[in-house]
Amino acid sequence: MRLRLVRRNNDSWLIKVAVPIASILLAILVGWIFLALSGYEAAETYRRMFYGAFGSAYNISETIVKAIPLALAGLAVSVAFRMKLWNIGAEGQLYMGAFAAGGVVMMLGDWPSILLLPLMMVAGFIAGALWGFIPGVLRALWNVNETITSLLLNYVAIAWVGFWVFGPWKDPNAMGFPLAPRFPEAAYLPVIPGSRVHIGILVAILVAIVLYIVLKYTRWGYEVRVTGESQEAARYAGMDVAKNIILVMLISGGIAGITGMIEVSGITHRLQQDISAGYGYTGIIVAWLARLNPFAILLVAFLFGALLVGGFGVQTYGIPYAIVLMLQGAVLFFLLAGEIMMKNRVIISRED
Amino acid sequence: MEINGIAALLAVAIVAGTPLLYAAMGEVMAERSGILNLGVEGMMLVGAVSGFMVTIITGNHWIGILAAAGGGAVMAAIHAFITITLKGNQVVSGLALTIFGTGTSGFLGKNYVGMPAVDRFTPIDIPYLCDIPVLGTILFKHDAMVYLSILTAIVLWYILYRTSWGLSIRAVGENPAAADAVGISVSRVRYMATIIGGIMAGLGGAYLSLAYAPTWQESITAGRGWIAVALVIFALWNPLLAVAGSYLFGGVEALTFRIQTAGIHVSPFFLSMLPYLFTILVLVIVTIRRRQEAGVPAALGFPYDREER
Repeated sequence: MRLRLVRRNNDSWLIKVAVPIASILLAILVGWIFLALSGYEAAETYRRMFYGAFGSAYNISETIVKAIPLALAGLAVSVAFRMKLWNIGAEGQLYMGAFAAGGVVMMLGDWPSILLLPLMMVAGFIAGALWGFIPGVLRALWNVNETITSLLLNYVAIAWVGFWVFGPWKDPNAMGFPLAPRFPEAAYLPVIPGSRVHIGILVAILVAIVLYIVLKYTRWGYEVRVTGESQEAARYAGMDVAKNIILVMLISGGIAGITGMIEVSGITHRLQQDISAGYGYTGIIVAWLARLNPFAILLVAFLFGALLVGGFGVQTYGIPYAIVLMLQGAVLFFLLAGEIMMKNRVIISRED
Repeated sequence: MEINGIAALLAVAIVAGTPLLYAAMGEVMAERSGILNLGVEGMMLVGAVSGFMVTIITGNHWIGILAAAGGGAVMAAIHAFITITLKGNQVVSGLALTIFGTGTSGFLGKNYVGMPAVDRFTPIDIPYLCDIPVLGTILFKHDAMVYLSILTAIVLWYILYRTSWGLSIRAVGENPAAADAVGISVSRVRYMATIIGGIMAGLGGAYLSLAYAPTWQESITAGRGWIAVALVIFALWNPLLAVAGSYLFGGVEALTFRIQTAGIHVSPFFLSMLPYLFTILVLVIVTIRRRQEAGVPAALGFPYDREER
């Protein structure tokens, strides 16, 4: 038996929507099989996950709380992916952004909110951008593989934050826990009363709009898209590919840095070791599932926020949180396979 | 440091480098055939957990090792199907493999976290050779998996450069159209090489859970899969050079232990950064010095489509 692919010409929007949805459903099926084989009640697990994510107004608000960093991280990596730069260092860039925002509070904690919050955001952006700059400049100047360098820098950034919260910035009142001191309230992001949903949601929407406009309507956005299609063509057309690689990595890292700022300012209210539930990695899947479309990223982030909240919820039911990562990986596999089906017809023939 | 201390340090470097060596050698084979697999971390984790669980269940670490190889092979087969049969994006499929492997291993191993290995690899002193001063300590007091890894490196090198099958692998990685024209099945060769890569990564992972640690914990690999991917570039896609590279990286890890036990006051957080920073530094130096794309299999990362010839 042999599989053969025949290119098809129609690329209807129905398939563009149908494939991601089918991918999610198939991933759920794979999870079902794993759960059943491991002796768990699959139906009950999914019911609880669904309830945990959508069962009440509060649960939905928690899903949004998780969707905010996922959307920002997804937007961050999508910028780089457009140019086929595999920035998988958003997790580390997020940590550096959180570190810088925390540093601003440590130094200027008595400043009023209206100055402090913008400063924290700028610091977060710059720190994340610098962390993205390292793999970017190495790639632009010497063609060093940015996938590996950006990933390895994640471990360095997490250790760096660990150094500060276990060491110089450790809160003496935290009873030995590795936490930096709690921020003054001036450093908190405003929230919707009665929930933990903070103004970061507007930041995410704003970033999505700006990215959409810049990529679609500016000359630079055009350059990024062309370079993503073919570096050769971009060079031939006189575009400065090296400069654009560095710029894109700066922006990608910067947005990831803002994600970190928003998490410490909106959720944890202090710098600590575990700021991120793998947002930088999940953001990659969010971006890919949304086919790099900024608005689709917002929507997909909401779905994945639900997955994260649901996954936390079933831990009390004895289901390991790792199921969330399993489902994420499976979604991505089916999506990749589905994209092929989208572009081709698969013909199964008997002869070899 | 006196001579025995240095010998002990080098011995630890070899042990620390062994999981990297298995994984890197496997990735060398896959990349030589033109398939980039960034899922090494995920394959190692699945190998580590399946090796550990099966060892606990059967009480025999050799059966565990077989299970680890099988687990790695299954993971690699997913990547092979997506990238070879379906011609999907190799980078994204590899990332998916890492995420999926991290999740699957955590899910399966949940009830095994922190358990001691009931049966594990223990050092075997090679008679006579282990009595050689200094050299005996460094080279001849290791467990079976260390000796096996060096043997494997030699065998893989021989296959790649001295057999017709190795020639097929290299041909498919350099110029699949030409290989196809002389009757080599590009898909078959790439499947085999990718799955060998998975088996090796599985063994590397199991070395962590059955010899090095020896226990299971979530994400026990701590980025070693990614270091292995970098090592392949450092080793210029040659299994024998991967041996030297792995021990060099193992040496950095051994050195961080040494610094800690020597009571030198450096934050453990900075020490834990060293292997990653060192990897990046080496990657940069190697890439700059190589200048041209020498050594990179020409078709690496590109799916082969007969109709597009």
